[in-house]
Amino acid sequence: MATVEDYVARIEGTCGAESDVIVVFKYEKKDEAIANILKKATLKSKIAGIIFELTFGNASFRLYSNGKAIFRGIKNKEELNRLLAGLLL
Amino acid sequence: MRGTTEAINLVAYSWGLNNLGKGDEVLVSLVEHHSNIVPWEITSKLRGFTIKYAKVHPDGTLDYDDFESKLCSKTKIACLSHVSNVTGVINDVKRIGKVAHENGALMLVDGAQSVPHMNVDVQDLNMDFLAFSGHKMLGPTGIGVLYGKKEVLEKMPPFMGGGEMIKEVSINESKGQCSVSWNELPWKFEAGTPNISGAIGLGEAVRYLEDLGMDNVLSHEKELAKYAVERMKECGKVTIYGPSSISDKLGIIPFAIDGLSSHDVALFFDNYGIMMRSGFHCAQPLHEFFKLHSSARASFYIYNTQEEVGRFMEILKEIEQL
Repeated sequence: MATVEDYVARIEGTCGAESDVIVVFKYEKKDEAIANILKKATLKSKIAGIIFELTFGNASFRLYSNGKAIFRGIKNKEELNRLLAGLLL
Repeated sequence: MRGTTEAINLVAYSWGLNNLGKGDEVLVSLVEHHSNIVPWEITSKLRGFTIKYAKVHPDGTLDYDDFESKLCSKTKIACLSHVSNVTGVINDVKRIGKVAHENGALMLVDGAQSVPHMNVDVQDLNMDFLAFSGHKMLGPTGIGVLYGKKEVLEKMPPFMGGGEMIKEVSINESKGQCSVSWNELPWKFEAGTPNISGAIGLGEAVRYLEDLGMDNVLSHEKELAKYAVERMKECGKVTIYGPSSISDKLGIIPFAIDGLSSHDVALFFDNYGIMMRSGFHCAQPLHEFFKLHSSARASFYIYNTQEEVGRFMEILKEIEQL
């Protein structure tokens, strides 16, 4: 059974006052991760097919076609894990 | 040294712990990288000295009047970055050093952002300490330099013990004594096995830059920065922080785009293979002064071209449409 760790290479808290989190997907799994996310999240806007502005539940985030995503206003690790599980699995 | 951070820590611990105490003051500025603030904050807790912070002007340039008014007989060391890693502003360290010396204080210069980009003459600038890193000047990571005046370094005890820094260690078990003597400079500060490959790599980087000529390095960067700033001013949603003129700054351009976090901006550029830093750039006090949550930073070096600045501008204009 797939897990969040199968898709995620690393998670970085951003440096700054914002509580944003950048998720970097594993290179070999990034296309699958992006496909899963686009299936489950609601698309708000798309720029040139490479940047997707999305929402999922109360969360808003931006997904990049190079396999990175930035989630805004994440309170803690548990919230992010729940979000990623919902989007990826 | 492993880099600028370790070099400043060496001064804070070796010189600071032995020369600073209650009633003494260390003067730093709000433009400093955390590496020139935190070592002093840590050692101030151990020795009880006070840290004073000199202000900056709204455009990010140093408030020289404030810095100089805070330099007094209590000041034992003035610490200033030669070039801000956030705004690229070149600080007049010679002027500050002169006032520091007139007040009997030492002058430490964080050269992490100046030494890779311009000529820095430690004798002309009359600094007591200069710290810089290899990885910001085409050298390897994990290697850097602390320059210090010999007479100051001679009086400082070692920062770390063991290996190269030892001259003699003799144990008299019957007396329960161990006598240790230190090696000469610079080995007194070279504990453990040296970073040999790093030093060779840094040496080659220095030779390479010297062959190019530091004046050429500086003029190339300034040319690119001038072109970039002129083009960025065409963008209605872009705010550039720091001084509007590039005459007294290097090729570092901190900016923001209305409605986007710096991380969004950096990730957007990343998608096109352009890397830039976002966040506090390890200079939170300066961002708090600017009332910024973070900033994006475009920076140029000798390997960048005008065509690349043009590509940067194309993408910047795309981001404006978000």
